[in-house]
Amino acid sequence: MNAALAFVKQPLVVALALIVVLLLLGEALSPGFASSQQILRLLIVAALLGIVAAGQNLVILGGREGIDLSVGGVVSLSAIIAGNLMNGTDAGIPLAILACVATGALFGLANGVGVTLLRIPPLVMTLGMLGVLQGLLVVVRQGIPSGRAAPGLSQFVSQPFLFGLPGIIWLWILIGLFMAFLLRRTVFGHRIYAIGSNEQAAWMAGVPVRRMRISLFVLSGVFAAIAGICLLGYSGSSFANVGEQYMLPSIIAVVFGGTPLAGGKGGYTGTMAGAVLLIILQSILTTVNIDESGRQMVFGATLLVLMLFYGRGQAMRA
Amino acid sequence: MTELSVPARRRGGLKRIFERFPFLPALIILLVLFALNGIYQPRSVGFVGITGLAKTYLALMLLAVAQTYVVYAGDIDLSAGAIVSLVNVVIVVLMGQWGGDALPVLGAILAGLAVGLACGVLNGIVVAALRLQAIVATFATSIFFTGLALYVLPVAGAPAPALFWRTYGGRLLEIPFVFYVVAVLAVILYLLARTRLATQLLAVGDDAQAAYQSGLPVTAIRIKGYAMCGLFAALAAFCITGDTASGDPLVGGEMTLLSVAAVVLGGSALSGGFGTVVGSVFGALIIGLINSLVYFVGTPSEWQNLVQGLAILVALMAGIMVGRRARR
Repeated sequence: MNAALAFVKQPLVVALALIVVLLLLGEALSPGFASSQQILRLLIVAALLGIVAAGQNLVILGGREGIDLSVGGVVSLSAIIAGNLMNGTDAGIPLAILACVATGALFGLANGVGVTLLRIPPLVMTLGMLGVLQGLLVVVRQGIPSGRAAPGLSQFVSQPFLFGLPGIIWLWILIGLFMAFLLRRTVFGHRIYAIGSNEQAAWMAGVPVRRMRISLFVLSGVFAAIAGICLLGYSGSSFANVGEQYMLPSIIAVVFGGTPLAGGKGGYTGTMAGAVLLIILQSILTTVNIDESGRQMVFGATLLVLMLFYGRGQAMRA
Repeated sequence: MTELSVPARRRGGLKRIFERFPFLPALIILLVLFALNGIYQPRSVGFVGITGLAKTYLALMLLAVAQTYVVYAGDIDLSAGAIVSLVNVVIVVLMGQWGGDALPVLGAILAGLAVGLACGVLNGIVVAALRLQAIVATFATSIFFTGLALYVLPVAGAPAPALFWRTYGGRLLEIPFVFYVVAVLAVILYLLARTRLATQLLAVGDDAQAAYQSGLPVTAIRIKGYAMCGLFAALAAFCITGDTASGDPLVGGEMTLLSVAAVVLGGSALSGGFGTVVGSVFGALIIGLINSLVYFVGTPSEWQNLVQGLAILVALMAGIMVGRRARR
């Protein structure tokens, strides 16, 4: 009985159960909501969020109030850079990917150096970096014309690629496998949990804490950049702050996936479910016929209720 | 012996001064920025320039103060900007319905305070009583508050009555109204800093477990911190309304993260237990002065945001590093 209860209370199980419930609810509210075509569309949107959340997940797992508020800015910047470098031709794709990943890594590196070497709290460091990125977006947008996605990229994101699933879903699955392997089977992964649960102990056990933490922020920047490229493929052209919508939702997806903001425990499989859950919830609210204000109120209230399912803080004990 | 003890005492003295006045680095940065503003645009440090600065940034100053009370206890409020938006549209709509005379305006202001207080208490219950994580929970409430604001006023643009913004932007006995606000605010902040609540919030932020064990009602104190935040967010909304003279359901959204930045610039620790509201006011002014300085030195318009962002990042980092060194 206790084992069964423990199983049911697992964040991943909770998220999956909620996904099923929401899909049924969506189907009841508007028939066709849970059709395979619709679910595929939802998964594509969820993949975009999920890829950003992968980096966010790593930074949060690393503990010491790890958080990356700059991901939204990196997503936007990456989408713009990619759009300009490919400008509607497939030939530009490799260069675009290279440039975007390098940009993401660079901003991640700056965040990581600020957090570790200068010991700025992650929230402050990445908040400041977000301001820099937003300023940079203005400069970039005015200096160069808004670019277009290469047809190959758009196809990758929205057209079936293998077994009827588009490339981005396969990419997301690949990232999921990579994350699971990284977190469970590599020294690097185990060290993430080590520094996340007790940095001091990890340091004394010989874990290169600073280098680890810097790599986590670099990875976060890289994942955000990849998401930016995919987002360009999804929307066709890059426009103003497209990435901003990913900043806080990526954190919520991680929390819904069972990784507490304190870090040190959790994993990416749950986060993937969390991202799908969040997107389905948003999608239901857009299909239901209520105006924007009601939609936002219901969305906010539902998020609060859902959070009650996940690790609440400890009550004070004397 | 005495030779050896002198530097030791001096270092101790500096540490003590900093612990008593954590906002000193912010004050120094502020004065430097003020001087630079004066060099590049002498008129900006004149009477009219300072009045304009106060008028524009009073809202951010108040929101930074609001955020400080939450940060004192080691919490954070990402819905502060949404509360500003909500109170802004509520008072504009109420004044539109009740008419723009003195009594209805006063009634609307009271209603606005009540709305801010209610939002703050809701945040407090969600974070402290239901024990949800502050960052994500207040983000969720911010979506909820934004929805409410959109319900009250779906599109921006409803005008505030002339009495409201004429008073805010006008003069009383030849002195700009905002200066009275600043003076009253200074007194209120001074008095609030001496209340038991401020000390209790800092105690909770310093070590919640210890505070609990010494008999403090930790949950109630944190809720009160959020309630203070809601009240000051409402005050910030009044200033925004006075400045923009209209209602906009999204007006405060951008201010949330700036208010957090202002608190950090002011020398308060986001981890709680250490800080001052005065520092946060300075922090908000630093952001304002950086913005105007970037303009005055003649930065091309498309580069202004980037230079502002970089300058704020540098100021944040410098403030934290100087503060840490001084405290050690």
